[in-house]
Amino acid sequence: MAAAQTRASASPAAILRDAGLFALAAFGLCVPIVSYRTDLGNNGLELTPRWGLVAGLCAAVFVLRVVQRLVLERRAARVALTPSPHQASEPVGAEPNAGQRLPRLGLPLFVGFALFLPLIAALASGGLSPARYWIDLGILILTYVMLGWGLNIVVGLAGLLDLGYVAFYAVGAYSYALLSTVFGLSFWVCLPLAGLFAGLWGVMLGFPVLRLRGDYLAIVTLAFGEIIRLVLINWTDVTGGAAGITSIPRATFFGVPFKAGPDGFSGLFGLAFDPMHRIVFLYYLILALALITSLVTLRLRRLPLGRAWEALREDEIACRSLGIDTTKTKLTAFALGAMFGGFAGSFFAVRQGFVSPESFNFLESAIILAIVVLGGMGSQLGVAVAAVAMVGGPELLRNLGFLKAVFGEGFDPNEFRLLLFGLAMVAMMIWRPRGLIADRMPTVALGRRRAIGKDLVREGHG
Amino acid sequence: MSAPLLSLRGVSAYYGSVAALRGVDLDVNAGEIVTLIGANGAGKSTLMMTVFGAPRARSGTISFAGEDITGLPTHAIARLGLAQSPEGRRVFPRMSVLENLQMGAALHGGRYFAQDLDKVCTLFPRLKERLSQRAGTMSGGEQQMLAIGRALMSRPRLLMLDEPSLGLAPLVVKQIFGAISALNREEGMTIFLVEQNAYHALKLAHRGSVLVNGRITLSGPARALLDDPSIKAAYLEGGHAPAAPAGAGV
Repeated sequence: MAAAQTRASASPAAILRDAGLFALAAFGLCVPIVSYRTDLGNNGLELTPRWGLVAGLCAAVFVLRVVQRLVLERRAARVALTPSPHQASEPVGAEPNAGQRLPRLGLPLFVGFALFLPLIAALASGGLSPARYWIDLGILILTYVMLGWGLNIVVGLAGLLDLGYVAFYAVGAYSYALLSTVFGLSFWVCLPLAGLFAGLWGVMLGFPVLRLRGDYLAIVTLAFGEIIRLVLINWTDVTGGAAGITSIPRATFFGVPFKAGPDGFSGLFGLAFDPMHRIVFLYYLILALALITSLVTLRLRRLPLGRAWEALREDEIACRSLGIDTTKTKLTAFALGAMFGGFAGSFFAVRQGFVSPESFNFLESAIILAIVVLGGMGSQLGVAVAAVAMVGGPELLRNLGFLKAVFGEGFDPNEFRLLLFGLAMVAMMIWRPRGLIADRMPTVALGRRRAIGKDLVREGHG
Repeated sequence: MSAPLLSLRGVSAYYGSVAALRGVDLDVNAGEIVTLIGANGAGKSTLMMTVFGAPRARSGTISFAGEDITGLPTHAIARLGLAQSPEGRRVFPRMSVLENLQMGAALHGGRYFAQDLDKVCTLFPRLKERLSQRAGTMSGGEQQMLAIGRALMSRPRLLMLDEPSLGLAPLVVKQIFGAISALNREEGMTIFLVEQNAYHALKLAHRGSVLVNGRITLSGPARALLDDPSIKAAYLEGGHAPAAPAGAGV
């Protein structure tokens, strides 16, 4: 470390002094918060001093600050040494930079990994049943990826801030739950119907808010989400109220149920019965649904409608003066986004076998919106990465055993979920204020780059 | 002469209860450049936007190519062949130049795209160099060229330009006005030009009108207006004299 410090342009003493100040501040914070553990003992409150932990935390802050300063110094030195390659009046390089190339490689990689996840999980944990945890987690993440991609149409492409997206998720879930329990319709009939209903609700929300933008739109959509939830709670005759709807029929393999016996899925294909077949099927079902969402979005971005969405996000007045019907454009964005929310909702219902208003509270909307914003508005890969981080991250946290060694046996990392969530948000605001993948690829290009564009489409199909 | 392409009769427009236009009469004939000059807040931009239905005219009629467009929604008006380069340019900043131009051509579903793109690129060679660049990262002059180019991509019968010289260096203003003049001369494009830069606008136009407090106070051939002593006093002298030396940043 000493060697590294001498290379930095700021004096090592200054950096050390600065880090010392940070450590001192950390110490000041630690004294009231960390230094004594309070236990309820026989004689009232018992204080257990934890000065070792305080020292450890202060040291960590000190080291981190030194490292941060060094990184910043080196970056500053590098920037100072690199001459600016272009004059401002020269055209900016048309070749995509590394950050722009990332989505081209990243999305196929993500899809490839997702395709083989059940296999990888089964091999790694030695059998399908032990891999259930991972496949379930995969299903959960993919559900949010799909919701993120769906909301991305409304927020990322059309630029309409929607805080009540979970309402469409709920409409989809209840559509399937009611259609299947009351009318006995199968999942494959209900799925398009659920999407259709959710889309209709999207238009119904869209109409009154056509003239609203920004904050005002956000408030109305927030209220819409709450209204749907309250209706679900209070319309007891139809929705079962807070108790929800139970015993929703499970998914079948295109009509073949997953059950033991000759006419079940395993019997039909000559396999040994394994309850995991259904889970793996669900996994591929949500993967397919998510990919359809992504493909439709990628495709639409190249069509006049998708282009109009993006133009609408950029400048509504200019859009109108170019002959674009902004009413139709907004409504289609709401309807399509809602439709995919509805698909995801009906998947949710078929997977859980149970729906209740509890699952569709504002926090869900907030998480989905956070996924879109963190991912970088409009970026497909960014949304996927953000969904993995936002949904998978807390799960990972649960498994970090070594944290228990540091913070004591009673430490449950999951309780710190929201704290870490907030930390991640603050970090994002500082370093990637426009999302993980903020670069927007143009959808049209001339000459050589057109070939790349076609490649991307082909990859998307895979 | 045949009926005018664009015609306003007794048009009034309000922002709330504040009158912005009071009984404006104006004609633009096919093939000519008509300019509307006036001071800040005279209602020039309002007049242009009123033609596009936002704000809507509260009284009077606006007709385009013989069709009454007073009550049509903005996008329907644009589809009739009216294109505008709005005040402040309003390009789509995060979309590339090419995509911006494509949005302009959206009306025709890209049928004439390649051909029109060539035409715009010939008119503004600067745009050609920057087709894949994000529009928001270009200089003001380039964005203005893009706004005009985008309007042209819709193959308009009437091109309406709102203050294309706003905030641009004199050299760039000259370039843009040169392009406007060439459009009219070579392709017979009808142009309605709203300008504060009265000298340049009147030099370029066939006819001109002066807007004061929402009323047209003077109309006539541009040459005559240029020589009119009252115009000279109000709009031409003191800062609006012929081109200042070039060199300011674009």
